[in-house]
Amino acid sequence: MSKPLNSTGAEDTARSYPPRPEAVYFYGTCLVDMFVPEAGMDAITLLEREGIRVIFPDNQTCCGQPAFTSGFPDEARQVVESQLDLFPGDYPIVVPSGSCGGMIRWHWEKVCANDPALKARAAAIGARTYEFAEFLLHVVGFNRKDEGEPTTVTLHTSCSARREMGTHLVGRELLARLGNVTLAHHDHESECCGFGGSFSLKHPDISTAMVSDKVASLKATGAREVVTADCGCLLNITKRAAKEDLEARRVKASLPGDHLATFLLRRTGGQTAGSN
Amino acid sequence: MSAHTSSAEKDAGKPIAFVSAQALRERMHDAVNDPHLRSSFRGAMDFLMAKRAAQFPDESELASLRTLSEGIRQYSLARLPDLLEQLETNLTRNGVQVHWAETPDEANAIMLGIARRHEAKLIVKGKSMVSEEIEFNHAMEAAGVGALESDMGEYIVQLAGEKPSHIIMPAIHKTKEQIARLFADKVPGVDYTDNVDALIRIGRDVLREKFEEAEIGLSGVNFAVAETGTLCLVENEGNGRMCTTVPKVHVAITGIEKIVEKLEHVAPLFSILTRSATGQAVSTYFNMISGPRKAYEKDGPEEVHLILLDNGRSQAYADEQLRKTLQCIRCGACMNHCPVYTRVGGHAYGTTYPGPIGKIISPHMMGLEQTHLLPTVSSLCGACGEVCPVKIPIPELLIRLREEANTAPHANPAMVGQGAGYSPLMTFVWKSWARIYARPGIYRTFSWLATRLRVLTPSSQSGWTAARTPLKPAPRRLRDMVKDRR
Repeated sequence: MSKPLNSTGAEDTARSYPPRPEAVYFYGTCLVDMFVPEAGMDAITLLEREGIRVIFPDNQTCCGQPAFTSGFPDEARQVVESQLDLFPGDYPIVVPSGSCGGMIRWHWEKVCANDPALKARAAAIGARTYEFAEFLLHVVGFNRKDEGEPTTVTLHTSCSARREMGTHLVGRELLARLGNVTLAHHDHESECCGFGGSFSLKHPDISTAMVSDKVASLKATGAREVVTADCGCLLNITKRAAKEDLEARRVKASLPGDHLATFLLRRTGGQTAGSN
Repeated sequence: MSAHTSSAEKDAGKPIAFVSAQALRERMHDAVNDPHLRSSFRGAMDFLMAKRAAQFPDESELASLRTLSEGIRQYSLARLPDLLEQLETNLTRNGVQVHWAETPDEANAIMLGIARRHEAKLIVKGKSMVSEEIEFNHAMEAAGVGALESDMGEYIVQLAGEKPSHIIMPAIHKTKEQIARLFADKVPGVDYTDNVDALIRIGRDVLREKFEEAEIGLSGVNFAVAETGTLCLVENEGNGRMCTTVPKVHVAITGIEKIVEKLEHVAPLFSILTRSATGQAVSTYFNMISGPRKAYEKDGPEEVHLILLDNGRSQAYADEQLRKTLQCIRCGACMNHCPVYTRVGGHAYGTTYPGPIGKIISPHMMGLEQTHLLPTVSSLCGACGEVCPVKIPIPELLIRLREEANTAPHANPAMVGQGAGYSPLMTFVWKSWARIYARPGIYRTFSWLATRLRVLTPSSQSGWTAARTPLKPAPRRLRDMVKDRR
């Protein structure tokens, strides 16, 4: 199993899915753990509500992506090595982020390439790693009654979900299963929001231009909120929108955002972690 | 872009001598804050993306054509040394003189040698990015030989004293009005008109005379066919055919990687090239040049030369991963789809080749000292890799170049300038990061502190807070919530 980063053609994205398992490992990601824990908790709740046992390995830290994409492969490998023991059973691994999912699925074996034993273990883990939304749709078969008021939302799909995990249609499909939710598409939908991890810090001018354009496109739909399955994009987009609100002295958020898990749980009668 | 004079444009006509990281940052800053540039590039790229998309209505046909094209390019590169020898043999048999140049200086010296032998005063040029790469026009003019661009976009850029801002559409950064003003100012006897047909007529009239006058015509090459000794040239304006047939000497110049073994390899590459580049099913002209005029032929050049340029390509070739850079067929789709290129335009890069392909090929041509920052100017969104007709894994190569820039130089570095981006601070930061994140116990303590001391989170977070509200850890971690639930 080796696939070049982001060089997707249609043939690369087809994936066969396992039957619904008794349990899954949940890999929360460092960003969710420290910055958006409600999203992780809501994803766990959704899975448990479907009767799936969720195992949260306590030694999980980070998938190593920040160092890997910044060009520090040794540091990335050290972190990846520390994570290889977390999944002793053969349950699927569910990750509430396209980019961390892509890192585990495709790149763990690359950063371990110099050690055949490690590489084989990393590849085996990658093969059973799923982005949360694709797992919910294709493995769980999520189909709950929408109990919310009619609303219109817009959807941003992360570049990794789109081009590494091939799951850009998954978010649409999940939202389509909610009877009272209308999805408003934004212009340049497939374009990056400008986050890119360290890119947003290293080249703030260009990153700002990209996120400002993305926020403008999302707002132009008139949607009540933006939904995305990736917390990097979610923070980038909503914090940019919040800054615009601050500068315009708006009290009410002009573009609130939710992780897809939170949105799905709230719409289908579940208790979201953020509302505690 | 009327009154626009960014540092990018000011520097645009100057030879690319040294691109410092600071200069790159300044140009990018100026470009991204230029609303005229932003809107004109956005519009142009949207147009090109739509044109390309219309050429590939069938996703599976595109997928198989990409796989085939990638295969042809990889097969050709795998046999490159043999194919180059075969090409030389067959071109020589066809009467074409083959020259090898390791550096831009050598290529220009070969060209000047040919020009001197023919006492040439004027070289008329078809579009060639390799000629841009070697600063051909500067080198010729410095030696007293005129070099005139005959591709309309290149002609405009040359009149303006600039460089191309796109490899396929060199003058895409210019508005109709700017071109009208340029013609009125620079072309003798021309009054201001912004009628596009009239502007093209002016250009054609000027160039028509020059085709007759020039002793030498220069062209690029899209595909060199080893088995038959044929040079293929893709173009839309007919100026390429004029350059290669009217002057008595034709000199073609290309990089050593632009080779395929068989004629049958050209057809799929030609098809995916024009569809990816300009969204055309075919180009207006497709020239196949296989030698000088024969005794029984009425026209064509008396002499044909091919200059094969290395200029760093061997360095990329030597490394299995970096070699993929050389699969490129120069369609420009990566820049058309790049969210960074769309926002800064081509001049901001300060390199002959801008955009994603420029970020991965320029380091081989110019060394990493000058270019180590280029691969970092990407969010790794992957749009380039997704549209690349020969499936170059551009994001993967960007990461590789970031690694090369960060690494302390090895004994046998894969690249000139390895370690040029080495920063003691960033190395320390990532080593510290790994110390925390590779030790779950330490990470738990660190994340516990970060969430419990969240009120101490700085409100100014360098580049992040320039345009966003600060990132602040949540009151409790996901693992705390999970523990409470159980």
